[in-house]
Amino acid sequence: MNFDLTEEQVDIRDAVREFCEKEFTEEILDKYCETEEFPWELLIKAARLGFIGIHFPEEYGGQDYGYLENAIVAEEMTRANPELGISLTFADFGTELILKYGTEEQKEKYVPRVAKGEGLSASAFTEPSGGSDISKCLETVALKEGDEFVINGRKTFITNANISDFIITLCQTNPDSKPTYRGQSIIVVANDTPGIDVTKLTGKLGIKPSQTCEVSFSDVRVPEDNLLGELDRGFYHTLEFLNESRIEIAAQGLGIAQGSLDRALTYAKERTLFGRPLIELQAVAHKLADMAIKVEAARLLTYKAGWLADNGKTDPMVSSIAKTYAARAGVEVTDEAAQIFGGYYFLDDYEIEMFYRHAKIIEIYEGTKEVQLDNIARCLRR
Amino acid sequence: MNFELTEEQLDIQNAVREFCEDHFTRELASECDKDEKFPWELHKKAAELGFIGVHLPEEYGGQGYGCMENVIVVEALCRADSTLGTAAILSDLGCELVLKFGTEEQKEKYLSKITEGEAISAVALTEPARGSAISERLDTVASKSSQGWTISGTKTLITNAPIADFFVTLCQTDVEVDPPYRGQSLFIVEKGISGFEVRELKDKMGIRAAPLGEISFDSYPLPNGSLLGVMNRGFYHTLEWFNESRVEIAAQALGIAQGALDRALRYAKEREVSGMPIYEFQAVSHKLAEMAIKIEGSRLLVYKAAWLIDQGRADPMLSSMAKARAGRVAVEAVDEAVQIHGGYGYLGEYDVERLYRDAKITEIYEGTREVQKNTIARFLARRA
Repeated sequence: MNFDLTEEQVDIRDAVREFCEKEFTEEILDKYCETEEFPWELLIKAARLGFIGIHFPEEYGGQDYGYLENAIVAEEMTRANPELGISLTFADFGTELILKYGTEEQKEKYVPRVAKGEGLSASAFTEPSGGSDISKCLETVALKEGDEFVINGRKTFITNANISDFIITLCQTNPDSKPTYRGQSIIVVANDTPGIDVTKLTGKLGIKPSQTCEVSFSDVRVPEDNLLGELDRGFYHTLEFLNESRIEIAAQGLGIAQGSLDRALTYAKERTLFGRPLIELQAVAHKLADMAIKVEAARLLTYKAGWLADNGKTDPMVSSIAKTYAARAGVEVTDEAAQIFGGYYFLDDYEIEMFYRHAKIIEIYEGTKEVQLDNIARCLRR
Repeated sequence: MNFELTEEQLDIQNAVREFCEDHFTRELASECDKDEKFPWELHKKAAELGFIGVHLPEEYGGQGYGCMENVIVVEALCRADSTLGTAAILSDLGCELVLKFGTEEQKEKYLSKITEGEAISAVALTEPARGSAISERLDTVASKSSQGWTISGTKTLITNAPIADFFVTLCQTDVEVDPPYRGQSLFIVEKGISGFEVRELKDKMGIRAAPLGEISFDSYPLPNGSLLGVMNRGFYHTLEWFNESRVEIAAQALGIAQGALDRALRYAKEREVSGMPIYEFQAVSHKLAEMAIKIEGSRLLVYKAAWLIDQGRADPMLSSMAKARAGRVAVEAVDEAVQIHGGYGYLGEYDVERLYRDAKITEIYEGTREVQKNTIARFLARRA
């Protein structure tokens, strides 16, 4: 075993930290939270430094690193500022599917623009009636007509869909198949294809600069070459993708937990009550100790999941464990941090209010906590 | 980073598992639990296979491995059976202190006997008046005499006291110094007759195969050469030792938790209610998943703490985290294991009833959970 990061990984971490300190300014934060617009100016800068798609191969504009390094980037960005950090880490959401299952042509066409921060990626699995249950017969149906797919249906909670280059869309290609998930396929749909209608969902609790949309497809025609991976294997491709994408989500949970701990610790040392710093009150000290234990365990689980993926041993159970634990750690540590801040946590003058708003979503998206537990239980049973 | 055990470590793990399958029986565990009896034969066999003191150098009968391998052994033994495993792993308590601070003579005299399974060791820190607070002025005082030392005082809640051949004992050697912990020293105290009295403390809730006792010293004479380590540095030696010993206890807790999950999982697959295995109920399968999450997290903390020790970078905060977390996880895991077993889990014929009683001590001894949190918070406060 070896629990040390390599020097290179430490350098990456420090570089991201430096970037966030310099670029995640209050002005930028206010500007993009107010307008709920995507921070392109930040994305370009992050991409120039290689932080977007750091785990993509160099030939497609990435840095040739792995999921562990990508997790380190997501952790640091989220730790610095979840509102901006998470928005940036989602810029390449789903591009891994293209790298994994795409043809050479597809990879060259779609991936480099994302890595350069010139375009965004969007992936559409969730449907209004389905939530986390994507194994059902999808209402988004793609039927073959000649050498085209004709897509009709609706997807919701889709990140980046209004401003992305393309939408990687999970469709029902065989509505009669049993079980239903054996008739699903992934199709890449360019955003400007006629028949696509995107509605931006506003008024979110957090990650306001990140775009969240509902997408409806009405006789959307795409060439059959836009099929990603194998026909009718889309569900399986998606599961494999999720085993790895959950590592980044775990890293967000970890970043939230660590960021809350940092701020609570600083506050507990400065704030004086009953004649001494808060941290000298045992009730506060023990809260901080509990928080630190959770952060450390969340980090080890997240890094382990990343390390396994990078060594060709992606473990669905470990990925789900990391995601569940880190997300929970985010919620619990943030809750205790708010408790330590007392009434001040309620004011947005203090960043802790922002961490509190962002913690919960990590337990929801990319498969709810309950879906992860189902997954873990299924793996345990074997 | 690397999250895998080496082949050698996997071999050790498998060897211990095999040993447990062959020698840990439910009958033996129940008997030792019921009669509060130390499993002497089992202990001897474990020593013969090299499982006692794997982390001690070969010249003293150990296997020359590190803390990591010791953790693997401890985890596997306690996973197989919390009662028998715990008794076995505690038999070499305090050997690391002798190894770290002892003279060549002391090491030769005491360590080989332990690794051969010929002797049992104990560590005597706790006193009736102060529990985990050993930084206070101790009631057990050692004074210089013409032949060596004389000690008087009482140590309580001492694991192995009724069966131990020697005790690494923390005494006050300077009763005037302030703070008092700067006047404490460690001694290796062999059991004796006159001026040495052990009272067995019976009726423990759990780990009943590991005997517990109270020792009273009444002007008990110690020869020259009994002092372990540097005079008046006993408190510091002890703290240093805790970094490692806490990881062993954390591994014990980890093993108990994993053992609880193993048993609950097996039961949930076999037991049918309403025409289906209870595993099919989401309320049950999610409990098992939660247990697995907790256990995986605590395992990584324990392994990391052990790995750091082997790298010569013992981290007190991480050792305390591993101990606090693994102890908590053990208690929560056995609780859920009993819950999954339902009424049967409450009966002695199922292991989980015993696991339930055995787990709690891991949150208490070797520094309570609260003491660990004090340690963690102290280190956090020092950070920038």
